[in-house]
Amino acid sequence: MALLEASDLSKSFGGILALAEVTLRVESAEAVGLVGPNGAGKTTLFDCIAGWTRADTGRIVFDGRAIDRLAPYRRSRLGIGRTFQRLELFTGMTPLEHLLVAERVRAGTGRLWKDLLGLGRPTAAERDLAAETLALVGLEDVADAPVSTLSLGRARLVELARALVGSPMLLMLDEPSSGLDDQERRALVATMRRVRAERGTAVLLVEHDLDLVSAVVDRLVVLETGRVIADGGVAGVLAAAGVRRAYLGPAR
Amino acid sequence: MSQFVSFVLPGIPYGCAYALMAAGLVLTYQASGVFNLAFGAQAFVSAVLFTIAVRAGWPGWIAFLVSVVLAAPLIGVLLEQVLFRFTRTAPPLVKLVPALGLLIAIPSLVQLVIGTSARVPSSLLLSPSEVYFHLAGSPVSGEELSTTVVAVVVIILLALLLQSSGLGLRMRAVVESPRMAELAGIRSERVSAFAWGISSLFAGLAGVLLAPIYPQVNAANFTALLVAAVAAAAIGGFASMPLTLLGGVVLGIVQEVIAGYLPSGSVLSSGLRPAFPFVVLAVVLVSRRSLRGAQPSLGDPLAGCDPPPPSLRPPARMAEVAIGSRVFAGVLAALLLVTAAVLVPGNWEFTLTQGLVLSVIFLSITVLTGLGGQISLCQATFAGAGAFAVGQLAAHFGTPVLLGLLVGGGLAAGIGALVALPTLRLGGLSVGLLTLSFALVADNVLFLYSWSGGGGSGLSVPRPTVAGISFASSSAFFWLVVVLLALVSLAVRLLGAGTTGQELAAIRGSEIGAASIGVNVNRLRVVAFTLSAAVAGVGGGLYASLQQSVSPTDFNYQFSLVYVVVVASIGIYTVAGAIEAGLAYTVLLQLIGNLPSRYSSLLGLVFGLVALSYVRHPEGVVEYARIWALDRAEQLARLLKRHEQAAGS
Ligand SMILES: Nc1ncnc2c1ncn2[C@@H]1O[C@H](COP(=O)(O)OP(=O)(O)OP(=O)(O)O)[C@@H](O)[C@H]1O
Ligand SMILES: [Mg+2]
Repeated sequence: MALLEASDLSKSFGGILALAEVTLRVESAEAVGLVGPNGAGKTTLFDCIAGWTRADTGRIVFDGRAIDRLAPYRRSRLGIGRTFQRLELFTGMTPLEHLLVAERVRAGTGRLWKDLLGLGRPTAAERDLAAETLALVGLEDVADAPVSTLSLGRARLVELARALVGSPMLLMLDEPSSGLDDQERRALVATMRRVRAERGTAVLLVEHDLDLVSAVVDRLVVLETGRVIADGGVAGVLAAAGVRRAYLGPAR
Repeated sequence: MSQFVSFVLPGIPYGCAYALMAAGLVLTYQASGVFNLAFGAQAFVSAVLFTIAVRAGWPGWIAFLVSVVLAAPLIGVLLEQVLFRFTRTAPPLVKLVPALGLLIAIPSLVQLVIGTSARVPSSLLLSPSEVYFHLAGSPVSGEELSTTVVAVVVIILLALLLQSSGLGLRMRAVVESPRMAELAGIRSERVSAFAWGISSLFAGLAGVLLAPIYPQVNAANFTALLVAAVAAAAIGGFASMPLTLLGGVVLGIVQEVIAGYLPSGSVLSSGLRPAFPFVVLAVVLVSRRSLRGAQPSLGDPLAGCDPPPPSLRPPARMAEVAIGSRVFAGVLAALLLVTAAVLVPGNWEFTLTQGLVLSVIFLSITVLTGLGGQISLCQATFAGAGAFAVGQLAAHFGTPVLLGLLVGGGLAAGIGALVALPTLRLGGLSVGLLTLSFALVADNVLFLYSWSGGGGSGLSVPRPTVAGISFASSSAFFWLVVVLLALVSLAVRLLGAGTTGQELAAIRGSEIGAASIGVNVNRLRVVAFTLSAAVAGVGGGLYASLQQSVSPTDFNYQFSLVYVVVVASIGIYTVAGAIEAGLAYTVLLQLIGNLPSRYSSLLGLVFGLVALSYVRHPEGVVEYARIWALDRAEQLARLLKRHEQAAGS
């Protein structure tokens, strides 16, 4: 059984059909790339799966459980981690603090009475775990710098690290490479490969940079104006005529 | 029928003024994202200028030109240029605090310059009280006629302007994304300044039109006008001009009709008329879908280009400086306490105790706004709930005060949770307005019953007695307050450092990001409101016990506004900030109390103006000074270290 099974998702905003009966499966530990031109509905699909948008029709089953009606935070606790196309960092906190608070929440061990008795501060074990995750994405050197002082590329890595806390079963990344320079892109690819190798996390990756996607994923799904127009192995999909048209326009 | 008409007619001028002011609110909100509560004060300024000019013998139309056509837009453009230009991309609190500061500072300034003498208002076009004709048997006075005619003409002019110039569309573009608008060739600076000018003109006009209806021109009347206008703007979803105008007029009429048909005499009927707009505001805020919070991936597509907001956390310090500053603060606090206990004369002892009690109430703002990032304009109401609980329990059951404080805190906490529930899906501005409307309903209805606020004479409250030891004397009570304040401060610090505090900090940074790691944002918002209200309730109970009496006016909604402004200007993110704010407020109050009475408004002026610095220094002026001093100390420490090393080698 697939880890994530989204079937027949449709969503319209006013007159715009952002998703039209999209079906998407992600197996455990599989990496799937989701590509398509601007406005294809990629982010909308993410929002439906992670709970920020409710699809008009369709079903979403995650890990054998129907999650259509759960709030985003409940889906997160079930094991869906995500990043955002527009950064959603905790301004004013450091990368280390991002991870510490994420650990507490995912573990569900925080209690108000513990806070009031002075037992709410992070433990040494939690700090070690956070340091480990920071090392995984290569942010050790800025662990204690406020995120507002980081470059966009490193800020995206903080979001990635935050999404990784608690080892989610499914990691959803929305254009993690936008705004990054070439060197940062290579580092990002290396990081994603390392994450997959070390943790066996399933990845759903939205990306415009096809080279980057090809370097990371096993399978490619192409969306165009809310419809899946191709789904399969990377090389095969990229060669398909419809995909080339969607990306490059009709042949002249 | 004729009775109905006789109720409707007097409502029309009110409705017209509400509509004008509301149109101004919507215009500025659309053009600059600022919900300018200071329009209440600006209306007041125009009304005062107009009245003074007319009484000085100027012809009405010249007085009108000067006070409305000239002065009002001038003030608006000035505010936009020196203040609100810089807040366009700021979070709601940063937009709200300076507006609140102005709402308090401007009337204080007027009072300081002109004095407090009652002014006889004068009407615009026609003689105010003369009856010009009858409508369905009801007299129509010159006042009603001129207000209505002027308002309708001006609104038609506005509609034509917005229609013909496409200005409305450009304003929307500027708010959505100033930079995108600029890329499309719109001069966003100009659009915004223009909108501020026009809407300030509207506010001034509303003020001058309504002035003759009130028995005297005072600031409180214009705040009431403001809140009604806020309700009308909410009916229009802060966006739709026709709905806003309609909302204003209907509100004014329904208010009078209700007042006409309700039986007189009960608290409900006397309170419902003034409270009606707030009830409407609350209902509209909760039920209108368009006012709900934002979704991910929406908003300014170029927001990433903004410089990041200044970090509010104090920078990490060298170990020597960190320890040194703690020792310094500890010694200073101990010295102050000893001085307060030993040297200070009687009336100052009361002032200091009052300052520390107020600090407890202010800590509730530290919890809710500093830690939780939520805006509340009803903290005084929570404090009042605690105070009345202590008073009622002591009066009816002889409950000891300390136990009463616990019950009062609990009661306030419950009310806080109830207030939090409808705010859950709202954005920052709407939460602030909803809590404000709750405060006003409490003032006008809930607190007026004898079972709550004790009726007209209020309640008398004893000083505490614990295990046979009486804290009735002022010095014993002082120490009790010191201990309780220390306990509450410690609790707030632990809360901030613990899981809850970190989760709240995450929410403050990004609600969407917080939900993505599994934070139940709704639950935490309720928790923040509950804890904050509990702290406020305890503080309010202490306040009542300090004064040994309490009445509803002690916790008037205006205090809620003043509290937020004072704490925000001194330091809203730290425990120390709350205590400094409490002391600064009462000490200044006492100092000004020693001056001749015409200076009594200095307090509002000082804090109102300091609050304007919030735009640049959201950490607060004292916190800013502390960071500055510690920076210098650190430089010095580095220098010394280098010297030592040089000498050692
Ligand atoms: N909240 C919303 N309200 C109205 N329309 C929306 C909303 N969210 C998305 N849309 C529309 O739905 C369509 C799909 O948008 P979506 O953001 O999912 O595209 P995308 O594939 O992520 O594009 P991009 O590559 O630019 O990120 C677009 O036409 C967009 O304008
Ligand atoms: Mg997208």
